[in-house]
Amino acid sequence: MELINAIILLLNYTILPALTYGSQLALGAIFVTLIYGILRFANFATGDMMSFGTMFAVLLTYYFQSLGISLGVLPTALLTIPFAIFMMIFYMLTIDKFVFSYYRVKKSPPVQLAMVSVGVMFVTQAIIRIIIGPFDRRFLDGEKFILKATEFKEMTGLSEGLTIKSTQVLTIFITIVVVSIMFWFLNKTKTGTSMRAYSDNEDLALLSGIDPKRVVLITWVIAGILATIGGTLYGLDKSYRPFVYFNNMLPIFAAAIVGGIGNPFGAFLGGYVIAFAEIFLTYAYKKFFAYLLPEALEPNSMVQLLSTDYKFAISFSILVLVLLFRPSGIFEGKKI
Amino acid sequence: MKQYSNVIAAYSIMIILIILVGVFQSWSIALTILNYCLISAVMTMGANIQWGYAGLINFGIMGYTALGGLAVVLVSVAPVEEAWRLGGLNMMICIGIIVAMIYSIRYVLKKIDKSKKRNYLIASIIIIGLLLLRIISTPAIESIESVEPAKTGYLGGLGMPVLFSWIVGAFFAGGLAYVIGKIALGLRADYLAIATLLIAEIIVSIIKHEEWLARGVKNVIGLKRPAPYEIDLQTTPWFINLVEKFHSAKLELINSVTERQDALNQLVIDASSVYVKLCFAGMFLIVVIILLIVTQKALYSPWGRKMRAIRDNEEAASAMGKNVVKEHLLIFVLGSAIVGIAGAMMVTNDGLFTPGSYRPMRYTFVIWVMVIVGGTGNNFGAILGGFVVWFLWVEAAPIALFFINLFTSHLPETNEVKIHLINSASYFRFLMVGIGLLIIMRYRPRGILPEKIIKQ
Amino acid sequence: MAFFEGNKMTAGYGDGPDIISSCSINVDRGEIVAILGPNGAGKSTAMKAMLGLLNLKSGSVYIDGKDISKFSPHDRIKQGISFVPQTRNVFAELTVRENLEVGAFLREDDINKVIEEIYELFPILKEKKSQVVGQLSGGQRQQVALGRALMIKPSVLMLDEPTAGVSPIVMDELFHHILKVKETNVAIIMVEQNAKQALSISDRGYVLVTGENKFEGSGKELLNDPEVRRSFLGA
Repeated sequence: MELINAIILLLNYTILPALTYGSQLALGAIFVTLIYGILRFANFATGDMMSFGTMFAVLLTYYFQSLGISLGVLPTALLTIPFAIFMMIFYMLTIDKFVFSYYRVKKSPPVQLAMVSVGVMFVTQAIIRIIIGPFDRRFLDGEKFILKATEFKEMTGLSEGLTIKSTQVLTIFITIVVVSIMFWFLNKTKTGTSMRAYSDNEDLALLSGIDPKRVVLITWVIAGILATIGGTLYGLDKSYRPFVYFNNMLPIFAAAIVGGIGNPFGAFLGGYVIAFAEIFLTYAYKKFFAYLLPEALEPNSMVQLLSTDYKFAISFSILVLVLLFRPSGIFEGKKI
Repeated sequence: MKQYSNVIAAYSIMIILIILVGVFQSWSIALTILNYCLISAVMTMGANIQWGYAGLINFGIMGYTALGGLAVVLVSVAPVEEAWRLGGLNMMICIGIIVAMIYSIRYVLKKIDKSKKRNYLIASIIIIGLLLLRIISTPAIESIESVEPAKTGYLGGLGMPVLFSWIVGAFFAGGLAYVIGKIALGLRADYLAIATLLIAEIIVSIIKHEEWLARGVKNVIGLKRPAPYEIDLQTTPWFINLVEKFHSAKLELINSVTERQDALNQLVIDASSVYVKLCFAGMFLIVVIILLIVTQKALYSPWGRKMRAIRDNEEAASAMGKNVVKEHLLIFVLGSAIVGIAGAMMVTNDGLFTPGSYRPMRYTFVIWVMVIVGGTGNNFGAILGGFVVWFLWVEAAPIALFFINLFTSHLPETNEVKIHLINSASYFRFLMVGIGLLIIMRYRPRGILPEKIIKQ
Repeated sequence: MAFFEGNKMTAGYGDGPDIISSCSINVDRGEIVAILGPNGAGKSTAMKAMLGLLNLKSGSVYIDGKDISKFSPHDRIKQGISFVPQTRNVFAELTVRENLEVGAFLREDDINKVIEEIYELFPILKEKKSQVVGQLSGGQRQQVALGRALMIKPSVLMLDEPTAGVSPIVMDELFHHILKVKETNVAIIMVEQNAKQALSISDRGYVLVTGENKFEGSGKELLNDPEVRRSFLGA
């Protein structure tokens, strides 16, 4: 019984949150890695682009709510995602046309494109703040919980409760669906294969008759879908605040590099590696051990490896270790 | 002389702009802007050495700035003796343990060949060391942080003159850069950018959360100053006399003695703030000039030529027997040390250390915009970049407000779009800086004052 | 008139000096033509000019009697001209089969039949079809490169130093494969450093010097020409 309680405790406070957070990071990391692999630059506007897409989901949610449109138990935001994706892709393609394409045609070094993306980051941040402001916004409606702690306790008779938030299930479910479709597209379709070919060897792809403009276009479309969905899921689960999205760029980069930048499957796993490391290392295991150990041995400290203040620092330390020992990522050789 | 005409023209425009601020807004604001321009210029010079001389991307400017600021606290604040008595010994032992860990790992790396055994040995050294640190530091940290938590709750500093901290700040930043450089300099350019960005974030989170060190997010206020305090100046006879003489014509127009006294008091208060800022401006200017002379000399020395050769063609340079890694490390350390000085200067100028305010946007990316806009590889350009971008950053809101009012003047005061835009005026700084960067990168990719190709 | 011909081509990179001047090369279906010459003679440049990778300042390129001088490389590929670069000529991160699929990117019809034909030509590829090309040996990679180029069923195949950096055994094997390709009625142009071996399987050869045609003739003629032997064949 105590063992089950301990497992439920871990599930409730570490595994479920880590899976959720990991999914959100994974979507962002695939976005980073696709841009890096195909357009060949580190996109420092990643966090703000995700924020941009989410902004439309938030605004449209408010608008739909004012019209009385809702999805019942599901959050209205799900309904707004397709429109938000459309706006996001439109914005990305506009930026690409007026900013990035010039450097791509000129074959500028990646560093220069990365620096240009810093400029895009500034502009995107300004647009977001001018439109929606820098404030914290919650836009989750519908049913908040699938399972409440008290219900769970009643159901099972356990002393430890399990809470399942609807956003957690939605995040994990939608991530699995989106990522599966994306990998199917990249691996099994002619266009997907041509994108991987372009990413692998640009010159030979051109000699094979692959149209670079089309590859770039599709890359931005996929990136727009991933960025908007990832950002909206994060916002539903926590809240929408532009500054936080900018900061999220950092663990997302960490996830992409840990997975081996340019490798979408690695980025996907990298998201979970970062999330689990962050949460497992900062969780206070006192109660966990209280369940498992006899009373005499119960720890009197928090049994916390690191303070939660260092959450970000953990992912960055992992990144530094990976860069040191396996700069091509920990999933090297397992490219999809 | 002719080749300098661009430089002179650009700087003249900048000075005129600041003077205009003085005339139209106030001299105090103008001097605040000038001081921050000078601090930004120092940061930009540091980044420019790394990027312009050696092509290294350091997105960790924020971390070095924060370390420079930390140096001010650790050097100038008087030690908190109670805290030292309670936890000082333990913290010193901890430092000893860290040093011992580093040396034992180095010893293992040197003496034992690469093997599983070595990895386990290193891992166990780290784990045992961390456990020891934890056991020894936890009670000490608790007792240190409980010493008058509202006022101190930290170890304090060494109680030395604050100017000394500028040098210490340089050493702190340089030391960190040495460690980071050892780890990360072999990485590809964009990896280096990401790695340094994240490492800076780690540094700041340590400073923010280790309250025994510098009070963390509780901030340290009332730091020492190398310049007089306004309040003292206002009661100093020579200063009052000076102000009186300076404004004698204006004061004589006032007939009533009490009114004249009031006017004089007001003038003294204004003048004291201007005077203090002038003192800072003078000190900062000296730093900028010294750094400019040194960096210019370095740039045109054989060493500078070597650096540029390495930057322009790393492979060829290393084939010619130049030790690229060593040179890169040196320049990484030097550039970061300069940023550290700037960080210390900034905290000295503000008189307070607020770790929570260190954000990558303001302390890394804006500085990079300065480097790119000013002119990579050109020290005069770097300084100008610091001035231009900082000026834009500060004055963007008033400028935006002016244009918003201009374009919405036909709309009624209650128009929602107008109100929204006016409330958002301060965010236009991001827009202006971003668009500025994009335009410069597109149409003048080498910056306002580009690096001249020096033929020997 | 030959099937594929470049007439009096003059070209260079950007605004730089002309690398080839008034250089003419032609080839017929079912024929192998080797372009030989010392380093910097403009061999690869001549080939790239025929492919459209650099613009002609003067001269023309014809395929099957049709002027394609103004066509982009992309459009020339559509005319059935395939090219195997000297380096990075495979997609190392993709599987063998995916390499072939990408090679057939422009084909709209069922490519499975073509892939089977390639497998017949290079049996080893069938065996390794699901392997990532980066893990194959040098000789196998060259076969993948050839296979990829053949996927559009080209009428002209251009090879840029196919044997550079491979062992003599692999070289023989590769030439053997090239001869097999020739039998499928393809016109083959190859730039080669290993002049003797190349001429031994070629029907004709061109020797370029400083971007101009210096000698031309059948493989045998060139091999026996004393001047060619002395200056280029090292014997």
